[in-house]
Amino acid sequence: MTEVLTTSAAPESSPVSPKPAFTTKDMLLNMGPSHPAMHGVIRLVLALDGEIVKSADVEIGYLHRGFEKDSEVVGWGQVFPYTDRLNYVSPLINNVCYAMGVEKLLDLQITERCQYIRVLISEVSRITDHLTCIAACSMELGSMTGFIYLMKAREYLYGLVEELTGARLTVSYVKVGGVKADLPEGWLERLETALVAVEKEIAEVNRLLTRNRIFIDRVKDVGIISKEDAWSVGFTGPVLRSTGFARDIRKDEPYLVYDRLDFDVPVGALGDNYDRYLVRMEEMHQSIRILRQCIKQIPGGAVRVDLTGRPLTGAEMVDSAKMGMTADLLLRTVRPDPTLDGAEKSRAHLINADAKSVVLPPKEDTYGNIEGLMNHFMLIMEGEGLKPPPGEIYIANEAANGELGFHMVSNGEGRAYRVRCRPPCFYLMQGLEKMIVGDMIADVIATFGTINMIAGELDR
Amino acid sequence: MSESPTTVHPAIEKLRAQFADAIIEVHAHRGDHTVVVSPERYHEAIAFLHNDADCSYDFLTDLSGLDRIRLHESPRFEVIVHLYSTARNDRLRVKTRPADGEAPTIASITDIYPAANWPEREVWDMFGVRFAGHPNLKRMLMYEEFVGHPLRKDYPVNKRQPLVVERPVHDTHQPRLFYI
Repeated sequence: MTEVLTTSAAPESSPVSPKPAFTTKDMLLNMGPSHPAMHGVIRLVLALDGEIVKSADVEIGYLHRGFEKDSEVVGWGQVFPYTDRLNYVSPLINNVCYAMGVEKLLDLQITERCQYIRVLISEVSRITDHLTCIAACSMELGSMTGFIYLMKAREYLYGLVEELTGARLTVSYVKVGGVKADLPEGWLERLETALVAVEKEIAEVNRLLTRNRIFIDRVKDVGIISKEDAWSVGFTGPVLRSTGFARDIRKDEPYLVYDRLDFDVPVGALGDNYDRYLVRMEEMHQSIRILRQCIKQIPGGAVRVDLTGRPLTGAEMVDSAKMGMTADLLLRTVRPDPTLDGAEKSRAHLINADAKSVVLPPKEDTYGNIEGLMNHFMLIMEGEGLKPPPGEIYIANEAANGELGFHMVSNGEGRAYRVRCRPPCFYLMQGLEKMIVGDMIADVIATFGTINMIAGELDR
Repeated sequence: MSESPTTVHPAIEKLRAQFADAIIEVHAHRGDHTVVVSPERYHEAIAFLHNDADCSYDFLTDLSGLDRIRLHESPRFEVIVHLYSTARNDRLRVKTRPADGEAPTIASITDIYPAANWPEREVWDMFGVRFAGHPNLKRMLMYEEFVGHPLRKDYPVNKRQPLVVERPVHDTHQPRLFYI
C-alpha cells in the first residue's frame, strides 16, 4: 500500500471557510491482480479520498495468451480450441461466432438443423453465463445461498453441454460448415427437463435477492453509467441495455434463425448495478423462451434407419477386443459414439454443409474407405485443408456479454493471415473507471461483479 | 484483396464527394464495404463519417491493425476502423495506411470516438503504430519491459523474452510517490 501527497482538501484561497487544521492526502490502493474479487487477473490502481474512489487506473493483460498470434500459425479449423478459452463461461458462443466468420469468408451455407443447433447451444451458453455472473456477484456481496442455488442451476445445463460435446469448458463442438456431431438421442427432452429445473432455481434466487433489502442497498444507484457514456466508450450487451439502450444484434442484424424466433429485449432505465442484475435475470427467461421455440421448430428427426441389428459403440468394441473377443469383429457394424467420435454417416447431411473441401467426412467413411480417408487427410494436413479465397470479413454475434466480433483476413492460404477478436469485455473494462469513480471502495466489488468481466476474452 | 465494388454504398459515395482526393481504394467482400483513406485526411474523414447527418456512424465497433509485409504491399501497416450507425443499422470499415518508417504514426481518433482509447493502445502495443494526440499511449496487454511488437509478422511466434526484475508500484495518475 502506498500513499501520495497531494494538495490539501479544502481550497486555501477561499476567504469564507477557515483553513483546515490538518492536511489530507489521497491514498493509492492496489486492488488486484491477486485479489479474490478481481478474479485474479486484473489490477485496479485506485486513488482514494477516505473511502471514496477519486480515480482508477485499470491495468489488464495478466491473462494474455496470444490468441491472435496463434490463430495465424495454425490452420483455420484448428483455432476452435483457442476460441473455447476466450469467454470460458460460454465457450459455445465463441465457437459459433468463429465458425460463422470462416463460413462467411467461404460463402458457405449451413443446414437448417445445424442453424437451430447453433441457436440452441448459444442460448444455453447465454444462460450459463448470466447464471455465473449473478452467482459470483451475489457471493461477493455476501449471499452464499444465491451462489449455491445458481451454481446448481448451471450444473443442469453444463451436464447437457457435457453430454453433447464431451466437455464442460473445452468444447470445440462447432466446426466450419456444421457441428461435430448431431444431438444425442433424447437430448431435447432432457433439455426441457433441465429448463424447468433452471426456472425453479431462478425463481428461488428471484425471491431471495430481487426484493432483498441488503442486496438492494448494495446495488441500487451504484455504478451508474449514462446511456450516452456507455455508447461512446463502446459498451454492448446487457450492460448497455441496462442503461435503456435497446441494442441487440439478434434483433438488429438477425443471424442464424433468430428472425424466426419470438423474444423480447429487456432494457433498464438507470444503468446501475440493480438494472444490470434485472436485465440479466430477464434475459435468462427470454433465452428459455427461445430454447422452447427451438425445441418445437428444429427440423430433421434424426432417426437411424440404415443399421440393422444391435449397433455397437466404439468403446464397446474396444472393450471386447481387450478381452480377446475379436473373432466376429469384422462382421459387426461399428456405431461411432455421436458425442466423442464425430459425425455419423446417417446424420452427417443433416448437420453439415454439403462441401467436401470444408467439412470432414463422416467417421464411417474416414475409417471405411480410401476416398473418405483421403478426404479427411486433405483437410487435416498442414498447409492443406480449408483455404478461403483472399478477402476480409467482419462477423458479429450477440454473445452473453455483448458484441463478439471477428475480423478475418485471408490471403488464400491454409491458415489465417489475421484474426482479430473484438471482445465485449475489453470495451466494458475501458468504461469501468467511469462507473466506479465517486462511489465507495466497497461498491467497486458490486460494480465489477455486475459487469461480468471474463479475463479469457479480455486479454485473449 | 483488391475486389471491385459489387454494390454502391451510400456513405462511401458521400465520402467520395467530400474527399475525392483522399480515397485510395474501395472494395466490398461478402457484403462488407471497405474504404481506404489517405493517412493525411484520415482524422478528417472519420470526423465527417461521425458528424454527417446522412452517415451518422455513431459507434466505434472496433479498431485494429494489420501487418501487410507478407502480402508484399506497401505501406506496411494498416489501421482498420469498424464503424456502426444505429440510425441506419449499417456497418462500414474504414482503413488507412500510415507511411513506413521507424515509427509509423497516424492521428488518434479518441477525440471523436472515446471508445478508440484502449484499442489504439493495443495497436501500438501489438504493431508499433503510434497514434499522435492519444492521451495515454501505453502498452495495453504486454508489459512495459517487453521488447518489440508481437503481432508484427517478423516477430517469431515462439520467441522468449527474459524475466523482468521486480519494479516498484507506480501509477501514471500521480507523479510523486512515497512508500510506507
